[in-house]
Amino acid sequence: MRPPPLLEVHGLTMRFGGLSAISELSFVAGQGEITAVIGPNGAGKTTLFNCITGFYRPQTGRLVLHHPDGKALGLETLPDHAIARKARVARTFQNIRLFPRMSVLENLMVAQHQVLMSASVFSLAGLLGLGRYRRAERAAIDLARHWLDRTGLTSFADSEAGALPYGHQRRLEIARAMCTRPLLLCLDEPAAGLNPRESSDLNQLLCGIRDEEGIGLLLIEHDMSVVMGISDRVLVLDHGCLIAEGSPDEVRRNPTVIRAYLGEPDESAVVLGGEG
Amino acid sequence: MFAVDRYPSVSSFDQAGPFRAASSGVWMEYFFQQVVNGLTLGAIYGLIALGYTMVYGIIGMINFAHGEIYMLGAFISLVAYLIFSSIGGGSVALALLATLLVTMVFTAIWGWVVERTAYRPLRGAPRLAPLISAIGVSIVLQNFVQIAQGARVKPLPPVIQGGVTLDLGKTFSVNISWLQIVIILLTLALMAGFTWMISRTSLGRAQRATEQDMKMAALLGINVDRVVSATFVIGAALAGVAGLMVTLYYGVIDFYIGFLAGIKAFTAAVLGGIGSLPGAMLGGLLIGLTESLWSAYFSIQYKDVATFAILVGVLLFRPSGLLGRPDVEKV
Amino acid sequence: MAASSPPMIRSAAFAALLAALLALPLLGVRLVDSATGLSLSGRPELVAWAAGGVFCGRLMIDLFRRWLADYAIRLPVLPAPPDWTRFGVGWAMALFALVLPFLPFADRNLVDKATMVLIYIMLGWGLNIVVGLAGLLDLGFVAFYAVGAYSYALLSLTFGLSFWICLPLAGLFAAAFGLALGFPVLRLRGDYLAIVTLGFGEIIRIILQNWQDLTGGPIGISGIERPSLFGLSFKAVPPEGQISFAAFFGLDYSPDHRVIFLYFLILILALATNLFTLRIRRLPVGRAWEALREDEIACRSLGINPTTIKLSAFALGAMFAGFAGSFFATRQGFISPESFTFIESAMILAIVVLGGMGSQIGIVLAALLLVGLPEWFRDLQMYRMLAFGAAMVLIMLWKPSGLLSSRSPTVRLGGRA
Repeated sequence: MRPPPLLEVHGLTMRFGGLSAISELSFVAGQGEITAVIGPNGAGKTTLFNCITGFYRPQTGRLVLHHPDGKALGLETLPDHAIARKARVARTFQNIRLFPRMSVLENLMVAQHQVLMSASVFSLAGLLGLGRYRRAERAAIDLARHWLDRTGLTSFADSEAGALPYGHQRRLEIARAMCTRPLLLCLDEPAAGLNPRESSDLNQLLCGIRDEEGIGLLLIEHDMSVVMGISDRVLVLDHGCLIAEGSPDEVRRNPTVIRAYLGEPDESAVVLGGEG
Repeated sequence: MFAVDRYPSVSSFDQAGPFRAASSGVWMEYFFQQVVNGLTLGAIYGLIALGYTMVYGIIGMINFAHGEIYMLGAFISLVAYLIFSSIGGGSVALALLATLLVTMVFTAIWGWVVERTAYRPLRGAPRLAPLISAIGVSIVLQNFVQIAQGARVKPLPPVIQGGVTLDLGKTFSVNISWLQIVIILLTLALMAGFTWMISRTSLGRAQRATEQDMKMAALLGINVDRVVSATFVIGAALAGVAGLMVTLYYGVIDFYIGFLAGIKAFTAAVLGGIGSLPGAMLGGLLIGLTESLWSAYFSIQYKDVATFAILVGVLLFRPSGLLGRPDVEKV
Repeated sequence: MAASSPPMIRSAAFAALLAALLALPLLGVRLVDSATGLSLSGRPELVAWAAGGVFCGRLMIDLFRRWLADYAIRLPVLPAPPDWTRFGVGWAMALFALVLPFLPFADRNLVDKATMVLIYIMLGWGLNIVVGLAGLLDLGFVAFYAVGAYSYALLSLTFGLSFWICLPLAGLFAAAFGLALGFPVLRLRGDYLAIVTLGFGEIIRIILQNWQDLTGGPIGISGIERPSLFGLSFKAVPPEGQISFAAFFGLDYSPDHRVIFLYFLILILALATNLFTLRIRRLPVGRAWEALREDEIACRSLGINPTTIKLSAFALGAMFAGFAGSFFATRQGFISPESFTFIESAMILAIVVLGGMGSQIGIVLAALLLVGLPEWFRDLQMYRMLAFGAAMVLIMLWKPSGLLSSRSPTVRLGGRA
């Protein structure tokens, strides 16, 4: 029994020069599900994210995002900032992209730019100090505080984002993405560089986001403990093609996947470590 | 300051307006004449543009003071020529050769000292710091020369006179002065030598490696500081040659010529694709042609506007320039 | 100690040799233009002076450095002052500026120079929105200053509008120019944007210089209307239907009144710019500017449209330049393209960068250093720009991120900052 679709990808192809990074890729990610995208380096995972979030324009294919109210948006026609704003897709980056010289709280306030902007009528109401803006700002701070609490960063709220330890920066990036109130959250290797404890905290955080917010998550990850532990569905990419999809258990048992990605059964342990 | 009209058109061909042209022969003659003039001017811009493009390629900085090095080159060459022509025993060619060498050496020293004192300490500083420092150097050099040599325009009577007349078809011919030929040939020779140096010598290899990845080059044992210094020295020497050319070609120089020439040469570098050496030369020629044809057919006052319009157009529609590699946005 | 002296002397001697070589063709020889053509006159003593000066300078710097190292003294580093001191310093400065014209040592000359410094402070604050906050490198800022000045001059001369009507109009015109110029170019990355804005600045100046019918060409526009205070004229003989300021307040006429009035006018304009910037930094647009400076790609992933945000910074910066421009026109009573050269753009940019990119007080300090100090050395007119350029280089070498580069957050958890 599949949940209603959130993101439908049909026949997506992305070429760089003569090189196909993704060819004829189709899949569906469901609402309220964690969908993991795995595959060896260079399989096209980050390219897929860049197509979904509008940083790349695919040559062919359709990307449809379904809103709960029945509205469907074609992401391939929207510029990147409109995808974030109108389609409500948020993302994090493989190499963390915070606003390093701004404070943690400011990072979260920038994420709520749209809400604050319309509340302040392009900042005019704010300039005049009208109550309407002050209320909106208070609400924004409350939402930021909520996500700071969830990610355990409350005590760092006023420090510079760039000065935080690496693991905290990763969590801050997720908090910042959540402050845009997304329907689909795309996470590009959120567990990279985390120690086992931080990694299990991350699992909890992501499950919490799925269960409490009811939004869909799309996750690129090499850390199999994260992938197998929390995802509802797993997509396996190799050379830009989808070679398998299904529940974590199905994928784990799929012979194609084992051959292409996890390696031959008897040497899987070695390759698993090597590919991470 | 009326920087716009600081380049007087010395060439006598400029006086024949296009609309006085009665027959198509005269029209063609005028057109080709402008092309020759434009190519000469373009060669000068191209030589300056090489310095911009090399420095930008290697340390990602707009060397704002590069135009002033060219201006210094013009003054040094004027002084050197006056000295050599008085002791040289009447051989113009010998005097010019000595002048060329002396100019290159002295501008190279200037380039080296500027990099060493004003830019090197700022490597790794915030992005704007070296730019501000470069603007400061530019102001210092301009005012230094103004104080040292006076603000008045320095004239030099024509050194190389005469030329050849090429008959192109039955009805028209084009005059090319010896000086124009010398300028274009010298530019070609420098370009060839330079290309050889970049592609064949170990300095050239080190330079290309540093351009691609400075940290990695340093890890592999390349003395990055020396490579950057060499880049500035070579760029300055080429700008010095351009200074000599402009002294001979226009016969008048002043302390302010570096500013506009610098901007135009930078435009040329961007037009050709910054970081690309043939691009810089091509860009220089295109800018020279535009300027010469625009002045001839439209208006001499707005020739700089035309140059800047090209710059804006190129950046909007082809930001990587004509011969540059497009850079893919890394997310 | 003695063991390390020879290398020190050697390095000083090397520097002196270089200085001599650099000076030889340009200082050592002077081009003399006479009726018979160019000739040369030698000045070897200047080369010797240059070499000697550099030798001593280099030696002294090295000795000073070693002295510092020996005694483990660090070069003075301005510590990041706590917020309240900065706040206090700001208010103290504003207060001082308010009472300055009435202080015993303040003569007309001083107030005039202070007015000049304030113009640059205001321009610096305006450009700070573009460069310091939004991180857009603009080398053609003077174009908007020129647009403001010419709009005021032309509106006032053609339609007879008063300063107070023209001021907002000039700001609007400049902002419109900012939008029109910014729209096509704001996609460009940093250095390219710099060079294109430089080009635009030059284009505007060339147009001002050549569009004789409108702008008067190189001669410029003179006889620009001076401002009045609510209809009170500052002229010795007020025009028909106006009362003079002196007569209204029962004072003896003095040309100082106008000087002081202009001083307060620019002070108010500058403070308004400052308040606006301080305020807008805490608003969504202002935060988006800073975020854009930090990481444009991240901004796009958060739904911020970089073009509109950049345009708003560009237009607002231009607007303040326009205000400053119309003040400049009314103060001088005369404008020509010569006042709007690249060197002005460079000066304003230098003020912003030297001040510490985004620091409002830093800009005041930088403007005092770069504009105020040289104003006092007007007698050494020739050396003024030389010193200005050298100061730019030296301050950058000393403090590459500017005089005051610390930043305080615009919002804090549990209360506004």
